[in-house]
Amino acid sequence: MKILVTVKQVPDTATQVKIAPDGKTIDPTGITWIVSPYDEFAVEEALRIKEKRGQGEVVAVSLGPDRVKEALRSCLAMGCDRAIHLNDPVWATADTLATAKALAAAIKQEGPQLVLCGRQAIDDDMGAVTAQLAELLGWPCAYWIMEEAIDADGKSVRAARQVEGGLEVFDLPLPAILAAQKGLNEPRYPTLKGIMGAKKKEIRDVKAADLGWASEPPQLSIVGLQALPPRPPGRIIAGDVPTAVKELVRALREDAKAI
Amino acid sequence: MPNAFWCIVEDDRNGSPKKVMAEVIGEASRLAPGRVEAVWLTDKASEAGLKQLGEWGAAKVLLLEHAALAPYRSEVWVAAAAELAAKEAPKAIFAPVTSRQREFAARLAARLGVGLAADSVGFALDGDTLVATRPVYAGKLLSRVTWAKAPWVATLRPNVFRPADTQPGKTAPVERPTVAAAGAQMQFVERREEVSTGLPELTEAETVISGGRGMKGPENYVILEELGRVIGAAVGASRAAVDAGWRPHRFQIGQTGRTISPKLYLGFGVSGAIQHLAGMRTSKVIVAVNKDPEAPIFKIADFGIVADLFEVVPELTKEFKKLLDK
Ligand SMILES: Cc1cc2nc3c(=O)[nH]c(=O)nc-3n(C[C@H](O)[C@H](O)[C@H](O)COP(=O)(O)OP(=O)(O)OC[C@H]3O[C@@H](n4cnc5c(N)ncnc54)[C@H](O)[C@@H]3O)c2cc1C
Ligand SMILES: Nc1ncnc2c1ncn2[C@@H]1O[C@H](COP(=O)(O)O)[C@@H](O)[C@H]1O
Repeated sequence: MKILVTVKQVPDTATQVKIAPDGKTIDPTGITWIVSPYDEFAVEEALRIKEKRGQGEVVAVSLGPDRVKEALRSCLAMGCDRAIHLNDPVWATADTLATAKALAAAIKQEGPQLVLCGRQAIDDDMGAVTAQLAELLGWPCAYWIMEEAIDADGKSVRAARQVEGGLEVFDLPLPAILAAQKGLNEPRYPTLKGIMGAKKKEIRDVKAADLGWASEPPQLSIVGLQALPPRPPGRIIAGDVPTAVKELVRALREDAKAI
Repeated sequence: MPNAFWCIVEDDRNGSPKKVMAEVIGEASRLAPGRVEAVWLTDKASEAGLKQLGEWGAAKVLLLEHAALAPYRSEVWVAAAAELAAKEAPKAIFAPVTSRQREFAARLAARLGVGLAADSVGFALDGDTLVATRPVYAGKLLSRVTWAKAPWVATLRPNVFRPADTQPGKTAPVERPTVAAAGAQMQFVERREEVSTGLPELTEAETVISGGRGMKGPENYVILEELGRVIGAAVGASRAAVDAGWRPHRFQIGQTGRTISPKLYLGFGVSGAIQHLAGMRTSKVIVAVNKDPEAPIFKIADFGIVADLFEVVPELTKEFKKLLDK
């Protein structure tokens, strides 16, 4: 079974982000880049499916500039067999829909039985590309999955998705697309052998023209980025516990009107 | 009606719109007075639910009622909504952020070939341009985005927008357009209900209590639940507590958990790591209780108490009880 995993490279949450002079993008200096955490769950799940079935191929795909190779390399180190890098300046201002269109074109070329994505990329936090891929491919889709099991024939997948108040379980005929939620699994760390082996694995560069991509303006564009307005200064309530608690309750009721 | 602002109804699966719809309708009404339509995809709508949508100020309800619409599947919903959108030509399509609406709005936007602003916290309308504000990069920055063409599809973060006032007696005409319900590829197997704590749902609650590693063990969450029952709060947790197995994943607050924006957040034994803040920093009032005066959560807290949470929580429960019993 061929499984494709989409991965996005994002700034590590712990690194500071600064707005670039254009006011619309972030300044890349000093940023540590990581694989978006939800995509790690997706990679892990794909590897487990392959291991469980004893055969198959796991392909990691990412759209982004040159630095994205590093993210793909770490997916290869985790155990993916090869990687595809959608690397073309025309995608520099891609919104989720344009990203999904490019990824869908690559998926059509590859023809996997299953696509795994993350619940959302933790930079733009849109949580949209997976659903948009499903729409463009015309595939069934399960969001926020906590479990999955592929049937023995490799014809369908049973997935449990997290919803308010519980889990909903569905059977999806393959090919299908799944969005990984935290709790699906615990991603592995690459082994030294994996890291060494990753250097020899293929990362294929794909240009827009290779996908027959016609340039189109984004449907959603960024007008500007701004820093968060600062919160008003807070107040530490001193005193012994009973006194402090009484004052807190009073302040929440009378000053903040929060209770 | 053309140029309407659609509000996709999130319901409780029992025929009633969720409270968050008052916020979605409230914001849509502010942007497009008199042009707000509630669009409800469901297998069963109740009379009381339809009345409620009218009282919140919807000018009209478009009710798509069909057995195939429950349980929710994006393929079925999108086919129905897109067919209706083609006839009605709405200007905007708003939905609250819930697990299903996030997927539905994204897939619908792709079907319609338009942009999506997910998890928006503000809107500004300038002539024929709508600009949405949404948190990005773990909530460290705000991004202002705009659409190339209508309909403008957006999801709205709960507890951020001012809810519509209820106008008792106001009614909305209900139209029941017929649309072809698409056959589904996905087959429903079962729903596994989680054991209810009797407390509100985390993402919708107006007050949220969060317990971190400082709670020391799963058995201690009962004191937070007791407090929760007194003040009507949901009880969530930090990732440290979830990863330790003290709380189920669905209770995690933060970047890899739920994003919440309650009126009041109370954190106990939570240090305030950036990934935790990512999920709660738009809370209106933040209270932190931590033994460590240097804990980063105090930097964003409106009120802090530096003390042992095991002394503070019972005391708080007692004081709130006194206050609320009055
Ligand atoms: C990719 C990634 C994603 C992440 N996503 C999330 C996420 O979604 N949500 C999240 O929460 N974290 C997330 N984290 C983890 C985050 O970085 C922190 O590790 C985590 O939030 C810490 O949880 P904590 O505050 O409960 O524990 P700690 O940081 O250990 O803090 C415990 C606090 O409790 C205090 N304390 C101890 N005992 C008491 C007592 N008796 N009374 C009062 N105070 C006491 C201590 O002083 C301390 O400040 C993520 C991390 C990564 C790398
Ligand atoms: N540039 C990209 N390259 C590869 N996969 C992506 C990209 N952007 C988004 N995705 C995938 O789509 C998921 C949802 O992303 P988003 O809609 O941006 O939050 C991510 O977790 C990835 O799996």
